[in-house]
Amino acid sequence: MKKTQRRVSEEHLRYLKKQRGKSAFVVAMQIILLVQFFLVWEVLASYEVIDSFIFSSPSKMWESFLSLSREGGLWRHVSATLLETVIGFVSATAIGLVIAVILWSVEPLRLILEPYIVVLNALPKIALGPIIIIWVGAGKGAIIVMAILISVIITVINILNGFLSVDKDKILLMKTLSASRAQILFKLVLPSNLSNIIAALKVNVGMAWVGTIMGEYLVSREGLGYLIVYGGQVFNLSLVMCSTVILTVLAAVMYFCVLILEKAVAK
Amino acid sequence: MNEILVLKGVSHRYHSKSGETEAIRSMDLSVREGEFFGIVGPSGSGKTTLLSILAGILQPSAGVVERGISPSEIGYMLQRDHLFEWRTIEENVLLGLEIRKIKSAERVDYALSLLKKYSLGEFVKKKPSELSGGMRQRVALIRTLALRPKLILLDEPFSALDFQTRLTVAEDVREIIAEEKVTAILVTHDISEAIALCDRVAVLSARPATVKKIFDNPLEKNLSSIERREHPSFAELFKEVWKELEFTDEKDAKKGK
Repeated sequence: MKKTQRRVSEEHLRYLKKQRGKSAFVVAMQIILLVQFFLVWEVLASYEVIDSFIFSSPSKMWESFLSLSREGGLWRHVSATLLETVIGFVSATAIGLVIAVILWSVEPLRLILEPYIVVLNALPKIALGPIIIIWVGAGKGAIIVMAILISVIITVINILNGFLSVDKDKILLMKTLSASRAQILFKLVLPSNLSNIIAALKVNVGMAWVGTIMGEYLVSREGLGYLIVYGGQVFNLSLVMCSTVILTVLAAVMYFCVLILEKAVAK
Repeated sequence: MNEILVLKGVSHRYHSKSGETEAIRSMDLSVREGEFFGIVGPSGSGKTTLLSILAGILQPSAGVVERGISPSEIGYMLQRDHLFEWRTIEENVLLGLEIRKIKSAERVDYALSLLKKYSLGEFVKKKPSELSGGMRQRVALIRTLALRPKLILLDEPFSALDFQTRLTVAEDVREIIAEEKVTAILVTHDISEAIALCDRVAVLSARPATVKKIFDNPLEKNLSSIERREHPSFAELFKEVWKELEFTDEKDAKKGK
Protein backbone atom coordinates (compact mmCIF):
# COMPACT_ATOMS: atom_id res chain seq x y z
CA MET A 1 0.00 0.00 0.00
CA LYS A 2 1.34 3.41 -0.91
CA LYS A 3 1.13 6.02 1.77
CA THR A 4 0.84 8.79 -0.81
CA GLN A 5 -2.32 7.29 -2.22
CA ARG A 6 -4.97 9.70 -0.93
CA ARG A 7 -8.02 8.56 -2.83
CA VAL A 8 -9.57 5.59 -1.11
CA SER A 9 -12.19 3.37 -2.66
CA GLU A 10 -15.71 3.00 -1.23
CA GLU A 11 -14.93 -0.60 -0.48
CA HIS A 12 -11.90 0.35 1.60
CA LEU A 13 -13.95 2.88 3.59
CA ARG A 14 -16.54 0.22 4.31
CA TYR A 15 -13.74 -2.10 5.41
CA LEU A 16 -12.29 0.52 7.76
CA LYS A 17 -15.70 1.24 9.22
CA LYS A 18 -16.28 -2.43 9.85
CA GLN A 19 -12.91 -2.78 11.58
CA ARG A 20 -13.63 0.23 13.80
CA GLY A 21 -17.03 -1.22 14.61
CA LYS A 22 -15.42 -4.50 15.57
CA SER A 23 -12.93 -3.03 17.99
CA ALA A 24 -15.60 -0.73 19.53
CA PHE A 25 -17.71 -3.82 20.15
CA VAL A 26 -14.83 -5.60 21.88
CA VAL A 27 -14.06 -2.65 24.17
CA ALA A 28 -17.75 -2.20 25.00
CA MET A 29 -18.10 -5.87 25.90
CA GLN A 30 -15.00 -5.71 28.09
CA ILE A 31 -16.46 -2.80 30.07
CA ILE A 32 -19.91 -4.41 30.31
CA LEU A 33 -18.39 -7.64 31.59
CA LEU A 34 -16.58 -5.83 34.40
CA VAL A 35 -19.58 -3.72 35.41
CA GLN A 36 -21.87 -6.72 35.29
CA PHE A 37 -19.51 -8.75 37.46
CA PHE A 38 -19.64 -6.21 40.28
CA LEU A 39 -23.36 -5.62 39.74
CA VAL A 40 -24.28 -9.29 40.00
CA TRP A 41 -22.03 -9.62 43.04
CA GLU A 42 -23.75 -6.66 44.74
CA VAL A 43 -27.26 -7.87 43.94
CA LEU A 44 -26.54 -11.44 45.12
CA ALA A 45 -25.09 -10.10 48.35
CA SER A 46 -27.95 -7.70 49.06
CA TYR A 47 -30.58 -10.42 48.51
CA GLU A 48 -28.45 -12.69 50.70
CA VAL A 49 -28.04 -15.33 48.04
CA ILE A 50 -24.35 -15.29 49.00
CA ASP A 51 -23.09 -14.62 52.51
CA SER A 52 -21.53 -11.14 52.42
CA PHE A 53 -19.55 -11.97 55.54
CA ILE A 54 -17.53 -14.48 53.56
CA PHE A 55 -17.85 -13.06 50.04
CA SER A 56 -18.06 -9.37 50.95
CA SER A 57 -19.72 -7.11 48.40
CA PRO A 58 -18.68 -4.17 46.21
CA SER A 59 -20.44 -1.66 48.48
CA LYS A 60 -18.74 -3.07 51.58
CA MET A 61 -15.38 -2.97 49.75
CA TRP A 62 -16.06 0.66 48.91
CA GLU A 63 -16.81 1.37 52.57
CA SER A 64 -13.61 -0.24 53.70
CA PHE A 65 -11.74 1.72 50.99
CA LEU A 66 -13.25 4.96 52.31
CA SER A 67 -12.46 4.15 55.93
CA LEU A 68 -8.92 3.21 54.96
CA SER A 69 -8.38 6.51 53.19
CA ARG A 70 -10.10 8.47 55.99
CA GLU A 71 -7.80 7.04 58.61
CA GLY A 72 -4.88 7.89 56.37
CA GLY A 73 -3.60 4.34 56.29
CA LEU A 74 -4.33 3.79 52.60
CA TRP A 75 -1.49 5.86 51.21
CA ARG A 76 0.96 4.46 53.75
CA HIS A 77 0.15 0.87 52.76
CA VAL A 78 0.02 1.54 49.02
CA SER A 79 3.27 3.52 49.01
CA ALA A 80 5.07 0.88 51.08
CA THR A 81 4.12 -1.90 48.68
CA LEU A 82 4.72 0.25 45.61
CA LEU A 83 8.18 1.28 46.79
CA GLU A 84 9.21 -2.31 47.56
CA THR A 85 7.92 -3.51 44.20
CA VAL A 86 9.59 -0.78 42.16
CA ILE A 87 12.92 -1.22 43.95
CA GLY A 88 12.66 -5.01 43.54
CA PHE A 89 11.73 -4.71 39.88
CA VAL A 90 14.44 -2.22 38.94
CA SER A 91 17.22 -3.93 40.86
CA ALA A 92 16.28 -7.43 39.68
CA THR A 93 16.33 -6.29 36.06
CA ALA A 94 19.59 -4.35 36.47
CA ILE A 95 21.35 -7.15 38.38
CA GLY A 96 20.05 -9.75 35.90
CA LEU A 97 21.27 -7.71 32.95
CA VAL A 98 24.71 -7.19 34.46
CA ILE A 99 25.08 -10.91 35.27
CA ALA A 100 23.97 -11.81 31.74
CA VAL A 101 26.57 -9.43 30.28
CA ILE A 102 29.31 -10.94 32.48
CA LEU A 103 28.33 -14.50 31.58
CA TRP A 104 28.27 -13.58 27.87
CA SER A 105 31.69 -11.94 28.11
CA VAL A 106 33.42 -14.74 30.02
CA GLU A 107 32.54 -18.00 28.31
CA PRO A 108 34.26 -20.39 30.78
CA LEU A 109 32.34 -18.78 33.63
CA ARG A 110 29.07 -19.32 31.77
CA LEU A 111 29.87 -22.99 31.17
CA ILE A 112 30.84 -23.52 34.81
CA LEU A 113 27.76 -21.78 36.23
CA GLU A 114 25.17 -23.14 33.78
CA PRO A 115 23.93 -26.11 35.90
CA TYR A 116 23.77 -23.96 39.05
CA ILE A 117 21.63 -21.38 37.30
CA VAL A 118 19.25 -24.06 36.03
CA VAL A 119 18.89 -25.56 39.52
CA LEU A 120 18.43 -22.15 41.17
CA ASN A 121 15.73 -21.37 38.62
CA ALA A 122 13.87 -24.55 39.53
CA LEU A 123 14.06 -23.81 43.27
CA PRO A 124 10.87 -22.22 44.67
CA LYS A 125 12.29 -18.98 46.06
CA ILE A 126 9.68 -18.78 48.83
CA ALA A 127 11.53 -21.65 50.49
CA LEU A 128 14.37 -19.22 51.14
CA GLY A 129 12.03 -17.00 53.18
CA PRO A 130 13.24 -18.01 56.68
CA ILE A 131 16.89 -17.75 55.61
CA ILE A 132 16.34 -14.30 54.17
CA ILE A 133 14.59 -13.12 57.35
CA ILE A 134 17.46 -14.34 59.51
CA TRP A 135 20.11 -12.81 57.26
CA VAL A 136 18.48 -9.53 56.30
CA GLY A 137 16.10 -9.08 59.23
CA ALA A 138 12.32 -9.08 59.30
CA GLY A 139 11.65 -5.81 57.51
CA LYS A 140 11.57 -4.04 54.18
CA GLY A 141 14.98 -5.45 53.30
CA ALA A 142 13.71 -9.02 53.38
CA ILE A 143 10.73 -8.13 51.18
CA ILE A 144 12.93 -6.46 48.56
CA VAL A 145 15.41 -9.35 48.60
CA MET A 146 12.51 -11.74 48.03
CA ALA A 147 11.24 -9.64 45.11
CA ILE A 148 14.73 -9.60 43.57
CA LEU A 149 15.42 -13.31 44.09
CA ILE A 150 12.16 -14.36 42.51
CA SER A 151 12.90 -12.67 39.17
CA VAL A 152 16.66 -12.31 38.86
CA ILE A 153 17.45 -15.87 37.76
CA ILE A 154 14.83 -16.00 35.04
CA THR A 155 16.02 -12.56 33.86
CA VAL A 156 19.57 -13.84 33.53
CA ILE A 157 18.41 -16.92 31.60
CA ASN A 158 16.16 -15.03 29.19
CA ILE A 159 18.57 -12.20 28.45
CA LEU A 160 21.59 -14.50 28.12
CA ASN A 161 19.69 -16.69 25.64
CA GLY A 162 18.98 -13.60 23.58
CA PHE A 163 22.66 -12.61 23.67
CA LEU A 164 23.76 -16.06 22.57
CA SER A 165 21.35 -16.18 19.65
CA VAL A 166 22.86 -13.14 17.92
CA ASP A 167 23.63 -14.05 14.29
CA LYS A 168 27.17 -15.50 14.09
CA ASP A 169 27.70 -13.79 10.73
CA LYS A 170 26.94 -10.41 12.25
CA ILE A 171 29.65 -11.08 14.83
CA LEU A 172 31.98 -12.06 11.97
CA LEU A 173 31.13 -8.76 10.29
CA MET A 174 32.08 -6.90 13.47
CA LYS A 175 35.35 -8.83 13.57
CA THR A 176 36.13 -7.93 9.95
CA LEU A 177 35.76 -4.30 11.04
CA SER A 178 38.23 -5.22 13.84
CA ALA A 179 35.75 -4.64 16.67
CA SER A 180 36.76 -5.47 20.24
CA ARG A 181 34.63 -7.72 22.45
CA ALA A 182 33.26 -4.64 24.22
CA GLN A 183 32.36 -3.00 20.91
CA ILE A 184 30.59 -6.17 19.77
CA LEU A 185 28.61 -6.01 23.03
CA PHE A 186 27.64 -2.36 22.88
CA LYS A 187 27.21 -1.89 19.14
CA LEU A 188 25.69 -5.24 18.21
CA VAL A 189 24.58 -7.55 21.03
CA LEU A 190 22.83 -5.03 23.29
CA PRO A 191 21.00 -3.02 20.60
CA SER A 192 19.88 -6.16 18.76
CA ASN A 193 18.50 -7.50 22.07
CA LEU A 194 16.48 -4.45 23.00
CA SER A 195 13.12 -6.10 22.37
CA ASN A 196 14.31 -9.15 24.28
CA ILE A 197 15.25 -6.99 27.27
CA ILE A 198 11.83 -5.30 27.16
CA ALA A 199 10.22 -8.75 27.18
CA ALA A 200 12.22 -9.54 30.33
CA LEU A 201 10.91 -6.31 31.87
CA LYS A 202 7.34 -7.42 31.16
CA VAL A 203 7.90 -10.73 32.92
CA ASN A 204 9.65 -9.00 35.82
CA VAL A 205 6.79 -6.59 36.49
CA GLY A 206 4.58 -9.53 37.38
CA MET A 207 7.37 -11.33 39.23
CA ALA A 208 8.23 -8.30 41.36
CA TRP A 209 4.61 -8.12 42.58
CA VAL A 210 4.64 -11.81 43.44
CA GLY A 211 7.89 -11.39 45.36
CA THR A 212 6.74 -8.31 47.23
CA ILE A 213 3.40 -9.73 48.31
CA MET A 214 5.05 -13.01 49.33
CA GLY A 215 7.58 -11.03 51.36
CA GLU A 216 4.83 -9.00 52.99
CA TYR A 217 2.94 -12.17 53.91
CA LEU A 218 6.06 -13.31 55.71
CA VAL A 219 7.28 -10.28 57.59
CA SER A 220 5.58 -6.96 57.07
CA ARG A 221 3.81 -4.53 59.35
CA GLU A 222 2.48 -2.42 56.49
CA GLY A 223 1.64 -2.75 52.80
CA LEU A 224 -1.11 -4.31 50.75
CA GLY A 225 0.14 -7.83 51.40
CA TYR A 226 0.01 -7.07 55.13
CA LEU A 227 -3.57 -5.76 54.79
CA ILE A 228 -4.60 -8.94 53.01
CA VAL A 229 -3.08 -11.19 55.65
CA TYR A 230 -4.38 -9.05 58.49
CA GLY A 231 -7.88 -8.88 56.94
CA GLY A 232 -7.89 -12.66 56.61
CA GLN A 233 -6.87 -13.16 60.22
CA VAL A 234 -9.64 -10.92 61.62
CA PHE A 235 -12.16 -12.23 59.07
CA ASN A 236 -12.58 -8.80 57.49
CA LEU A 237 -13.11 -10.07 53.96
CA SER A 238 -14.06 -6.60 52.70
CA LEU A 239 -10.57 -5.40 53.58
CA VAL A 240 -9.01 -8.42 51.81
CA MET A 241 -11.07 -7.91 48.64
CA CYS A 242 -10.52 -4.16 48.65
CA SER A 243 -6.75 -4.58 48.96
CA THR A 244 -6.75 -7.19 46.20
CA VAL A 245 -8.56 -4.84 43.83
CA ILE A 246 -6.12 -2.01 44.60
CA LEU A 247 -3.26 -4.45 43.99
CA THR A 248 -4.74 -5.46 40.64
CA VAL A 249 -5.08 -1.85 39.53
CA LEU A 250 -1.51 -1.00 40.56
CA ALA A 251 -0.06 -4.06 38.82
CA ALA A 252 -1.98 -3.18 35.66
CA VAL A 253 -0.74 0.43 35.76
CA MET A 254 2.85 -0.71 36.13
CA TYR A 255 2.48 -3.17 33.25
CA PHE A 256 1.10 -0.42 31.03
CA CYS A 257 4.07 1.77 31.93
CA VAL A 258 6.34 -0.94 30.54
CA LEU A 259 4.16 -1.14 27.41
CA ILE A 260 4.55 2.62 26.92
CA LEU A 261 8.31 2.24 27.36
CA GLU A 262 8.27 -0.53 24.75
CA LYS A 263 6.46 1.68 22.24
CA ALA A 264 8.86 4.56 22.92
CA VAL A 265 11.86 2.29 22.34
CA ALA A 266 10.40 0.81 19.15
CA LYS A 267 10.36 4.26 17.57
CA MET B 1 52.56 -5.34 -11.34
CA ASN B 2 53.14 -5.63 -7.58
CA GLU B 3 51.76 -8.52 -5.65
CA ILE B 4 49.45 -7.45 -2.88
CA LEU B 5 48.94 -10.89 -1.37
CA VAL B 6 50.93 -14.12 -1.63
CA LEU B 7 50.02 -17.49 -0.13
CA LYS B 8 52.79 -20.05 0.29
CA GLY B 9 51.86 -23.60 1.20
CA VAL B 10 48.89 -22.54 3.27
CA SER B 11 46.95 -25.37 4.96
CA HIS B 12 44.09 -25.29 7.38
CA ARG B 13 42.35 -27.89 9.51
CA TYR B 14 39.18 -27.52 11.53
CA HIS B 15 38.95 -29.31 14.82
CA SER B 16 35.77 -30.46 16.47
CA LYS B 17 34.87 -33.20 18.94
CA SER B 18 33.86 -35.53 16.13
CA GLY B 19 37.26 -35.22 14.47
CA GLU B 20 39.28 -32.93 12.26
CA THR B 21 38.55 -31.68 8.78
CA GLU B 22 41.21 -30.67 6.33
CA ALA B 23 39.75 -27.60 4.64
CA ILE B 24 42.77 -26.34 2.69
CA ARG B 25 45.90 -28.25 1.64
CA SER B 26 49.19 -26.47 0.83
CA MET B 27 47.77 -23.71 -1.30
CA ASP B 28 49.92 -21.34 -3.33
CA LEU B 29 48.33 -18.22 -4.70
CA SER B 30 49.30 -14.67 -5.55
CA VAL B 31 47.06 -11.72 -6.20
CA ARG B 32 48.35 -8.63 -8.03
CA GLU B 33 47.61 -5.09 -7.11
CA GLY B 34 44.64 -3.63 -8.97
CA GLU B 35 43.22 -6.87 -10.34
CA PHE B 36 39.82 -8.44 -9.83
CA PHE B 37 40.65 -11.99 -8.82
CA GLY B 38 38.04 -14.73 -8.85
CA ILE B 39 38.02 -17.99 -6.91
CA VAL B 40 35.49 -20.64 -7.91
CA GLY B 41 35.07 -23.97 -6.26
CA PRO B 42 32.42 -26.55 -5.48
CA SER B 43 30.32 -25.76 -2.44
CA GLY B 44 31.90 -26.71 0.86
CA SER B 45 35.40 -26.46 -0.60
CA GLY B 46 36.70 -24.12 2.07
CA LYS B 47 36.27 -20.88 0.16
CA THR B 48 35.07 -18.93 3.19
CA THR B 49 37.88 -20.42 5.29
CA LEU B 50 40.33 -19.17 2.68
CA LEU B 51 38.92 -15.64 2.83
CA SER B 52 39.06 -15.62 6.63
CA ILE B 53 42.74 -16.56 6.39
CA LEU B 54 43.39 -13.86 3.78
CA ALA B 55 41.66 -11.28 6.00
CA GLY B 56 43.75 -12.35 8.99
CA ILE B 57 40.71 -13.35 11.09
CA LEU B 58 41.86 -16.98 11.03
CA GLN B 59 45.43 -18.22 11.44
CA PRO B 60 46.38 -20.99 9.00
CA SER B 61 47.52 -24.31 10.47
CA ALA B 62 50.61 -24.19 8.25
CA GLY B 63 52.16 -22.00 5.58
CA VAL B 64 52.60 -18.25 5.31
CA VAL B 65 50.47 -15.36 4.10
CA GLU B 66 52.55 -12.44 2.85
CA ARG B 67 50.60 -9.22 2.66
CA GLY B 68 51.85 -6.09 0.93
CA ILE B 69 49.36 -4.22 3.08
CA SER B 70 48.30 -4.30 6.72
CA PRO B 71 45.23 -6.37 7.66
CA SER B 72 43.40 -3.14 8.54
CA GLU B 73 43.56 -2.19 4.87
CA ILE B 74 41.52 -5.24 3.90
CA GLY B 75 37.76 -4.88 3.54
CA TYR B 76 35.39 -7.81 3.80
CA MET B 77 31.95 -8.12 2.23
CA LEU B 78 29.76 -11.01 3.33
CA GLN B 79 27.06 -13.04 1.62
CA ARG B 80 24.24 -11.17 3.28
CA ASP B 81 24.32 -7.41 3.87
CA HIS B 82 23.95 -7.64 7.68
CA LEU B 83 22.84 -4.04 7.92
CA PHE B 84 21.78 -3.20 11.47
CA GLU B 85 18.06 -2.51 11.57
CA TRP B 86 18.36 -0.11 14.53
CA ARG B 87 20.73 2.14 12.59
CA THR B 88 19.93 4.39 9.65
CA ILE B 89 21.71 3.83 6.34
CA GLU B 90 24.12 6.62 7.20
CA GLU B 91 24.87 5.15 10.63
CA ASN B 92 25.36 1.71 9.10
CA VAL B 93 27.87 3.05 6.62
CA LEU B 94 29.80 4.82 9.39
CA LEU B 95 29.92 1.69 11.61
CA GLY B 96 33.48 0.75 10.61
CA LEU B 97 34.80 4.27 11.21
CA GLU B 98 33.16 4.29 14.63
CA ILE B 99 34.60 0.92 15.59
CA ARG B 100 38.12 1.87 14.53
CA LYS B 101 37.67 5.26 16.19
CA ILE B 102 38.78 7.12 13.07
CA LYS B 103 35.54 9.02 12.47
CA SER B 104 36.96 12.30 11.17
CA ALA B 105 34.85 14.83 9.27
CA GLU B 106 36.82 14.11 6.13
CA ARG B 107 36.18 10.35 6.29
CA VAL B 108 32.49 10.86 7.05
CA ASP B 109 32.24 13.16 4.04
CA TYR B 110 33.89 10.53 1.88
CA ALA B 111 31.47 7.81 3.02
CA LEU B 112 28.47 10.07 2.43
CA SER B 113 29.81 11.11 -0.96
CA LEU B 114 29.97 7.42 -1.91
CA LEU B 115 26.31 7.02 -0.94
CA LYS B 116 25.41 10.01 -3.10
CA LYS B 117 27.60 8.89 -5.98
CA TYR B 118 25.96 5.49 -6.11
CA SER B 119 22.42 6.92 -5.96
CA LEU B 120 21.64 6.18 -2.33
CA GLY B 121 21.81 9.86 -1.31
CA GLU B 122 18.10 10.21 -0.61
CA PHE B 123 18.06 7.17 1.68
CA VAL B 124 20.70 8.22 4.24
CA LYS B 125 18.14 8.77 7.00
CA LYS B 126 16.10 5.66 6.17
CA LYS B 127 16.19 2.32 7.95
CA PRO B 128 17.54 -0.72 6.04
CA SER B 129 14.11 -2.39 5.87
CA GLU B 130 12.92 0.42 3.62
CA LEU B 131 15.47 -0.47 0.93
CA SER B 132 15.42 -3.19 -1.73
CA GLY B 133 17.82 -6.14 -1.57
CA GLY B 134 20.04 -4.72 -4.27
CA MET B 135 20.26 -1.32 -2.60
CA ARG B 136 21.08 -2.92 0.74
CA GLN B 137 23.95 -4.84 -0.82
CA ARG B 138 25.30 -1.58 -2.31
CA VAL B 139 25.10 -0.01 1.17
CA ALA B 140 27.03 -3.00 2.55
CA LEU B 141 29.74 -2.43 -0.08
CA ILE B 142 29.96 1.27 0.78
CA ARG B 143 30.20 0.38 4.50
CA THR B 144 33.30 -1.62 3.53
CA LEU B 145 34.68 1.06 1.18
CA ALA B 146 34.24 3.80 3.82
CA LEU B 147 37.38 2.41 5.48
CA ARG B 148 39.29 2.94 2.21
CA PRO B 149 40.56 -0.61 1.92
CA LYS B 150 43.29 -1.39 -0.61
CA LEU B 151 41.98 -4.92 -0.97
CA ILE B 152 38.38 -6.03 -0.74
CA LEU B 153 37.26 -9.62 -0.18
CA LEU B 154 33.85 -10.57 -1.55
CA ASP B 155 32.31 -13.75 -0.13
CA GLU B 156 29.52 -14.72 -2.55
CA PRO B 157 28.05 -11.25 -2.11
CA PHE B 158 25.24 -11.78 -4.62
CA SER B 159 24.02 -15.26 -3.75
CA ALA B 160 21.20 -14.03 -1.50
CA LEU B 161 19.71 -11.92 -4.32
CA ASP B 162 17.23 -12.94 -7.01
CA PHE B 163 18.67 -13.43 -10.50
CA GLN B 164 17.53 -10.12 -11.99
CA THR B 165 18.88 -8.05 -9.08
CA ARG B 166 22.00 -10.14 -9.03
CA LEU B 167 23.07 -9.12 -12.53
CA THR B 168 22.57 -5.42 -11.91
CA VAL B 169 24.13 -5.42 -8.43
CA ALA B 170 27.12 -7.41 -9.74
CA GLU B 171 27.63 -4.77 -12.41
CA ASP B 172 27.23 -1.97 -9.83
CA VAL B 173 29.83 -3.57 -7.60
CA ARG B 174 32.24 -4.07 -10.52
CA GLU B 175 31.88 -0.43 -11.49
CA ILE B 176 32.29 0.87 -7.95
CA ILE B 177 35.38 -1.26 -7.34
CA ALA B 178 36.93 -0.24 -10.69
CA GLU B 179 36.11 3.41 -10.05
CA GLU B 180 37.57 3.43 -6.53
CA LYS B 181 40.64 1.50 -7.82
CA VAL B 182 40.54 -1.27 -5.23
CA THR B 183 41.99 -4.75 -5.63
CA ALA B 184 39.24 -7.34 -5.21
CA ILE B 185 39.03 -11.06 -4.55
CA LEU B 186 35.66 -12.63 -5.31
CA VAL B 187 34.75 -16.05 -4.02
CA THR B 188 31.77 -17.71 -5.71
CA HIS B 189 30.39 -21.01 -6.93
CA ASP B 190 28.86 -19.23 -9.92
CA ILE B 191 31.24 -19.61 -12.89
CA SER B 192 29.50 -17.05 -15.09
CA GLU B 193 29.64 -14.47 -12.32
CA ALA B 194 33.38 -15.00 -11.89
CA ILE B 195 34.02 -14.65 -15.63
CA ALA B 196 31.77 -11.61 -15.94
CA LEU B 197 33.64 -9.78 -13.18
CA CYS B 198 37.19 -11.08 -12.82
CA ASP B 199 40.50 -10.63 -14.63
CA ARG B 200 41.76 -14.02 -13.48
CA VAL B 201 39.83 -17.00 -12.18
CA ALA B 202 41.29 -19.71 -9.93
CA VAL B 203 39.50 -23.05 -9.78
CA LEU B 204 39.64 -24.88 -6.47
CA SER B 205 39.36 -28.60 -5.97
CA ALA B 206 36.87 -30.15 -3.58
CA ARG B 207 37.91 -30.40 0.05
CA PRO B 208 40.74 -30.28 0.99
CA ALA B 209 40.99 -27.30 -1.34
CA THR B 210 44.00 -26.73 -3.55
CA VAL B 211 44.35 -24.49 -6.59
CA LYS B 212 43.77 -26.66 -9.64
CA LYS B 213 44.20 -24.10 -12.34
CA ILE B 214 44.23 -20.35 -12.89
CA PHE B 215 42.58 -18.95 -16.02
CA ASP B 216 43.44 -15.59 -17.54
CA ASN B 217 40.30 -13.86 -18.68
CA PRO B 218 40.82 -12.79 -22.32
CA LEU B 219 37.89 -10.35 -22.09
CA GLU B 220 38.71 -6.65 -21.95
CA LYS B 221 38.75 -5.15 -18.48
CA ASN B 222 36.74 -2.11 -19.55
CA LEU B 223 33.77 -4.16 -20.76
CA SER B 224 30.76 -4.18 -18.44
CA SER B 225 29.78 -7.49 -16.93
CA ILE B 226 26.69 -7.56 -19.16
CA GLU B 227 28.80 -6.98 -22.29
CA ARG B 228 31.17 -9.69 -21.16
CA ARG B 229 28.33 -12.15 -20.80
CA GLU B 230 27.37 -11.49 -24.44
CA HIS B 231 30.93 -11.80 -25.77
CA PRO B 232 31.75 -14.99 -27.77
CA SER B 233 34.87 -15.72 -25.68
CA PHE B 234 32.68 -15.78 -22.57
CA ALA B 235 31.14 -19.12 -23.53
CA GLU B 236 34.54 -20.54 -24.39
CA LEU B 237 36.07 -19.66 -21.05
CA PHE B 238 32.93 -20.80 -19.29
CA LYS B 239 33.30 -24.21 -20.89
CA GLU B 240 36.94 -24.51 -19.86
CA VAL B 241 36.28 -23.54 -16.27
CA TRP B 242 33.22 -25.79 -16.17
CA LYS B 243 35.30 -28.75 -17.37
CA GLU B 244 37.84 -28.14 -14.66
CA LEU B 245 35.11 -28.01 -12.00
CA GLU B 246 33.22 -30.99 -13.41
CA PHE B 247 36.39 -33.04 -13.32
CA THR B 248 36.66 -32.18 -9.64
CA ASP B 249 33.17 -33.46 -9.00
CA GLU B 250 33.80 -36.73 -10.85
CA LYS B 251 36.89 -37.37 -8.82
CA ASP B 252 34.81 -36.84 -5.69
CA ALA B 253 32.22 -39.28 -6.91
CA LYS B 254 34.90 -41.94 -7.34
CA LYS B 255 36.10 -41.27 -3.81
CA GLY B 256 32.56 -42.13 -2.79
CA LYS B 257 31.68 -38.77 -1.28
